[in-house]
Amino acid sequence: MKHRTFFWFIFPSALAMILFIALPVVSVFIQSLHVEHEQVLRTVENCGPFGCTQETVVDRAATQELRDAKPLGRFAGLSNYTDRNHLAFSELGVMWDRSDSFADFTRRAMTLPFWRAMAFTLTFTFVVTPLVLTLGLAIALGVNSLPRVFRGPTIFVSLLPMIVTPLIGSLILFWMVDSRGVLGAGLQTLMNDPTLSLKASPTLTWIMLMVYGVWSSAPFAFIVFYAGLQTVPEEPLEAAMIDGANRWQRIRYVVIPHLMPLAVFITLMQLMDNFRVFEPIVGFQAQAQATSLSYNIFNYLRGDAAQFGAAATTSMLTILGVVVLLTPVLIRTWRDFNRKRS
Amino acid sequence: MAATHRRSPLLVTVSTALVLLWVVIAAFPFLWTLWGSFKVQADFFSLADWRNALRGTFTMAQTGSAFTGQGYEGAWVQEEFWRAAMNTMIVVVCVVIISLTFGTLGGYALARSGFRYTFWLLMIALVFRAMPHITLVSGYLLPFFQWNVWGHLPTAIIVLVAINQPFTLWMLHSFFLNIPKDLDESAMVDGCTRFQAFRHVIVPVMWPGVITTGLFSFLLAYNDFAVTAMLLSQQNQTMIPKIASFLGSTQVEGNVMFAVAAVISATAPLFVLILFFQRQIVSGLTAGAVKG
Repeated sequence: MKHRTFFWFIFPSALAMILFIALPVVSVFIQSLHVEHEQVLRTVENCGPFGCTQETVVDRAATQELRDAKPLGRFAGLSNYTDRNHLAFSELGVMWDRSDSFADFTRRAMTLPFWRAMAFTLTFTFVVTPLVLTLGLAIALGVNSLPRVFRGPTIFVSLLPMIVTPLIGSLILFWMVDSRGVLGAGLQTLMNDPTLSLKASPTLTWIMLMVYGVWSSAPFAFIVFYAGLQTVPEEPLEAAMIDGANRWQRIRYVVIPHLMPLAVFITLMQLMDNFRVFEPIVGFQAQAQATSLSYNIFNYLRGDAAQFGAAATTSMLTILGVVVLLTPVLIRTWRDFNRKRS
Repeated sequence: MAATHRRSPLLVTVSTALVLLWVVIAAFPFLWTLWGSFKVQADFFSLADWRNALRGTFTMAQTGSAFTGQGYEGAWVQEEFWRAAMNTMIVVVCVVIISLTFGTLGGYALARSGFRYTFWLLMIALVFRAMPHITLVSGYLLPFFQWNVWGHLPTAIIVLVAINQPFTLWMLHSFFLNIPKDLDESAMVDGCTRFQAFRHVIVPVMWPGVITTGLFSFLLAYNDFAVTAMLLSQQNQTMIPKIASFLGSTQVEGNVMFAVAAVISATAPLFVLILFFQRQIVSGLTAGAVKG
């Protein structure tokens, strides 16, 4: 295809992506270098029957004027990145000196918003992804051994948790595990503890969010693996059987190697999607116990006094995280592409 | 498979049990919530006994019958959920149409051009695909306030189209790779321009792939919370942010049931979608995977 034709074909799509993905990233970067204006203060003298007092008040009009004139705020350089709400190096240093053990240090570090969110996001990503792969494979193997008539309905039901809006899915589960909901009440009876509430303990909240993550993503792994199972070649399986391999060995040495490329694909998708975990925290109202990077950004932007600087800084750090996460994949694809060309 | 008749009964039992368990885990929350949406709050969130939700004790006491449509009436009429539903429909239809138009053109070009920049474009699209949507939203807000375009439906539509593009491009790109090159190239030998070849030869055969991609564009627009919650004003809200706003006022008795009813209402179209397009959704999920 000629360069010119290519350009015109790709133009609308590229324009949309430049305007609404690439430029916003630039805008985020610029915003991350600024902080909100401080309120303009004014000293007024109040004189009453008992004498005069000096009082400092906020000059709303002047503050508003300043904000309207320079909506970005004042330039702050990289200070947003190093402040307490983000990387917080100096706070971490102090904590490191003061804490007597590593556990103590982690406990203290969990009070810093960015690191708290980072801890949950990474835990979520790296716990949910392998579980999704395992559960998906197990279901796929199970469904594959079912009579054909049952497969369609099973797939239909399985698609539900995945396709449903994340916020809705998490709400549905949240209402059930509520201490007055069916699962919450069931757990209380099971544990024999009428005060048990999943919302109260950080550990239980984390587990609950991850259970949601697995519930909503396992169908994806299942469907992809199931499709892969349909294409497992017959000969190696038979050869393995003749060689005396039992069912487990056949799965381990024939089926799983065949599914490996699919596993890589699912892992890539899951890493990307789990790293931006956001809606479940809103749905489960779990922000007191668990926050993610995306949730932090949402929280900064919400409300009347949106903190654009802080939101933008967290966004930049999140994008950095995504790039680090994707680097191995990008390098691999680059090699494949070159191999295909040569 | 030849091995079918040699399976031990134990294995069959275990795998069937596993699948059954999974089916229950996947479906029960939806059935339970659907059932509960026709009850009053005192039953669905029962302090005394969870079996009240099954028996409908309080529903009987308060409304005189075992099922009530109070939650639905409250959500759709009193809280004007229909307005949100309309907005969702407008947004979703526009997003699907526009992103498919842009995506087919771009995906076709990417599939037919062998230059190195094609690879880079696809890689950039992959990075864009991985970016959390909320990070982009934090970039939009300030400029949109300045240009006075914040809060309107068209703004949300064009933003969702752009966010959708990386995925659409990847999917249609791999789909067009499967259409033999000879098809459009022979048309060009016959004197068509590239666009005429696309218009008369490729368009008639591309529909299966376009429909599959369209389903996923639909899901992205329909399921979006980050963009619509932050970029739409109160009266332009779509369904998902509307449901989230129901939650803010849960203190009032009965309001939670509005949210429950709204949640079921918003799930219904997705249910119908799977019912009719199960095959396409499954093939779409695996399309990217088969390519590796």
